[in-house]
Amino acid sequence: MSTTVVNPSANRRDFLRTGLGLLVGLALPESSRVLAQGRGTVPAKPNAYIHIGADDSVTFIITKAEMGQGTVTSLSQLLAEELDCDWKKVRTEFAPVDPALYGMQGVFGSQSIRTCWTPLRQAGASARAMLIDAAAQKWNVDKAQLRTDTGFVVNPASGARFRYGSLSEAASVLPVPSGVPLKDPKQFKYIGKSVKRLDTRDKVNGKAKFGLDAVVPGMVFAVLARCPVFGGKVASFDATKAKAVPGVKSVVQVPNGVAVIGENTWAAMQGRKALEVKWDEGPVASVNSAGISKMFADYVQQQPGAVAKKTGDAEHALASAAKKVDAVYEAPFQSHSPMEPMNCTAVVRADSCEIWAPTQMQAGGRNAAAQITGLKPEQVKLNTLFMGGGFGRRGGVDYISEAVEIAKTMPGTPVKLTWSREDDMQHDLYRPASYVKFSGGVDAEGWPVALTAKVACPSFFGGRPGAVDSTAVEGIHTLEYTIPNIQVDWRKADPGIPTTFWRAVGYTQNTFFAEAFIDELAAAGGKDPVELRRRMLGNSPRLRAVLDKVAEKSNWGKPPAGRHQGVALVNNIGSFTAMVAEVSVDKGKLKVHRVVCAVDCGHIVNPAIITQQIESGIVYGLSASLKGAITIDKGRVQQGNFNTYEVLRIDEMPQIDVHIVETDNHPGGVGEASVPPLAPAVANAIFAATGKRLRRLPIRPEDLA
Amino acid sequence: MAITFTLNGGKQTVDVNPQTPLLWVLRDTLGMTGTKFGCGMALCGACTVHVNGSAVRSCITPVSGIAGKTVTSIEGLSADTTHPVQQAWIEEDVPQCGYCQSGQLMAAASLLAKTAKPTDADIDEAMRGNICRCGTYSQIRRAIHRAAEIKGAKA
Ligand code: FES
Ligand code: FES
Repeated sequence: MSTTVVNPSANRRDFLRTGLGLLVGLALPESSRVLAQGRGTVPAKPNAYIHIGADDSVTFIITKAEMGQGTVTSLSQLLAEELDCDWKKVRTEFAPVDPALYGMQGVFGSQSIRTCWTPLRQAGASARAMLIDAAAQKWNVDKAQLRTDTGFVVNPASGARFRYGSLSEAASVLPVPSGVPLKDPKQFKYIGKSVKRLDTRDKVNGKAKFGLDAVVPGMVFAVLARCPVFGGKVASFDATKAKAVPGVKSVVQVPNGVAVIGENTWAAMQGRKALEVKWDEGPVASVNSAGISKMFADYVQQQPGAVAKKTGDAEHALASAAKKVDAVYEAPFQSHSPMEPMNCTAVVRADSCEIWAPTQMQAGGRNAAAQITGLKPEQVKLNTLFMGGGFGRRGGVDYISEAVEIAKTMPGTPVKLTWSREDDMQHDLYRPASYVKFSGGVDAEGWPVALTAKVACPSFFGGRPGAVDSTAVEGIHTLEYTIPNIQVDWRKADPGIPTTFWRAVGYTQNTFFAEAFIDELAAAGGKDPVELRRRMLGNSPRLRAVLDKVAEKSNWGKPPAGRHQGVALVNNIGSFTAMVAEVSVDKGKLKVHRVVCAVDCGHIVNPAIITQQIESGIVYGLSASLKGAITIDKGRVQQGNFNTYEVLRIDEMPQIDVHIVETDNHPGGVGEASVPPLAPAVANAIFAATGKRLRRLPIRPEDLA
Repeated sequence: MAITFTLNGGKQTVDVNPQTPLLWVLRDTLGMTGTKFGCGMALCGACTVHVNGSAVRSCITPVSGIAGKTVTSIEGLSADTTHPVQQAWIEEDVPQCGYCQSGQLMAAASLLAKTAKPTDADIDEAMRGNICRCGTYSQIRRAIHRAAEIKGAKA
């Protein structure tokens, strides 16, 4: 297949504006989450494009960035389906950042398919209608007689055929029709199929350009010394020794620290080692993990909390329950640690700025650069490159700001700023640590009648003061179980550690808390964990269906000898996911043998990519559940590289079985569907194996002994 | 100091601090960006290249140590993306973000050069030094078995 994914060519904007060949645009809806928080802007103009060249090549302009989640391929499937083009002729390009054309550009919240499902198919259908119109004019026949056939407009009456490429110029000047009917899903030929990813070839021969691979003539290489304590500042520095290091060109101070510029990255890193900086560490220098944990516990004890959910009278119901269970759960900070560390290349000139960045937040990066340079956003050109993973981290634009700050000190010289792995791990924006105190009660028959959850954690997604940050409680207040009395409340506790979205956001810790505690209630009432959940899902047919599927496929209740099962569910990002983990614990050693997952993400675009994403989330969840934790001492992160923050490797990989339960609901996301239920499924399986309740992550060997 | 070595079949001379790791010579001095930086401490495998046919971590290999030797990077694994591991990776659609994959492919190619029919245990042993944060491990395993078949059929 001769498909390539390239960066926007220099004349991309010109072809967008002059309309050589066929162009079709339609407005995309915005992320509901961003809009809900009042941060989004609604696009005023069309923002998704198709270009058909005279040579029949079909170029799709991808407005979403690619971090491995498959957007380049799956968005192309939506367009190709309704356009009825030849998949082998499809190429893609990343769109330039242009809010006027494309609206808000960013990838987060597993939104791409969900928000593009209808608009991109409409764009494809409109383009196809225009090609038919053009053919009807050329043949002078009624367009109603015409059909398309994989890249051709055909006249069944005469057997005549026009290649799309021969029609695209004529079609491009026709009005864009509206309300073109979309295909019946039964006729889909690309959507729902495991078509091959468009970006694979370049990712196996070294050609794919990631952010860190930007090569700009005349470029110099920078690393930045940042205060190891969050919020600290440079007090003073002495660059004498740094400048004496061979290959070091200069040393400059910028708002975030002191930058060392070298003729290559390694020289700059050596220079940074020799640099002497005195830091003003600020108040966070006294913070440590034990203190943070105590802070959370104190808040839960002392503060009433903002109410996120209240159904019935939970306190009263607890008091009269036949049996009561109390438990405290905790989760640590987590680093994103994508394989490609943060980086950005930038050049600042008097009247322009150009950026090459691996970012989930293209528009945000451009705006940050405009602010720093005093240029207008239109004077900033941001080139979207592949991301070597994102997982939420690249929604921040701090690394872009840093590169622009450094480049600003040397106008006209392109600067590539590289974060070392240690920089990346110690200056991440972390998944918040969190703490919850649960109380639950079951009635005389053993069915849950009351649940309270008192949560304390930091907030990065704050709305109005006093309001609940939904990311702090999602996964608990969103539980679909029919428990008659529920109260969930939250206390904002900010120890000064920067936090942000982390793959699956609040569900990552809260689904662990909630689904493990539900298991405790099942045990208290003497119920089977699947049966208990099933019974409480009367109002959630989609969750119940995936639960039934996973129970069947995992052979629930009949694990192989020596192995034990645990189950957990989640409904997030518009999808419904159930998981069973199969583990053994032998002399304190845990092994996860198998993970079975059933997911209902509505209409399926690409089953192979869905399966990949589900597996990917399970591996990410296993790393966070069994391996890594970010801990703080003296205001600093104690981990620095993959020896102190371990992640899952191939030899620890369980067997993973993914079952997609197809429904004709609007598509849900998949990138974040399988992370949340992994930890509770494993913890519940460990309980089945050992009778021990593990209430803090990651699961440590000493907790199993 | 000028150091000469063979890179992907051609002679290369670079004039850099001899302590500079091969990784940064490839990426920054020569602009060959297919080899990736992931950890700088031989912990992740992203920077794997072949030196005289064996897989090495270029992030901890001073360029002085490869004077006169033969280096193959992902760009030189095959002229036209047809090395059996590349074919198998394409068949299996292994990469997600793709960032770790240059290193995975170089490690897998080295494994197959030594072990024509690797078992799962051989794969664990040879590949456990290569991290994939996107979690493509089961596809990597399948692709290595497939590459062994492709290679066997060719031989
Ligand atoms: S960069 Fe060399 S092993 Fe990670
Ligand atoms: S494919 Fe993304 S790190 Fe391996």
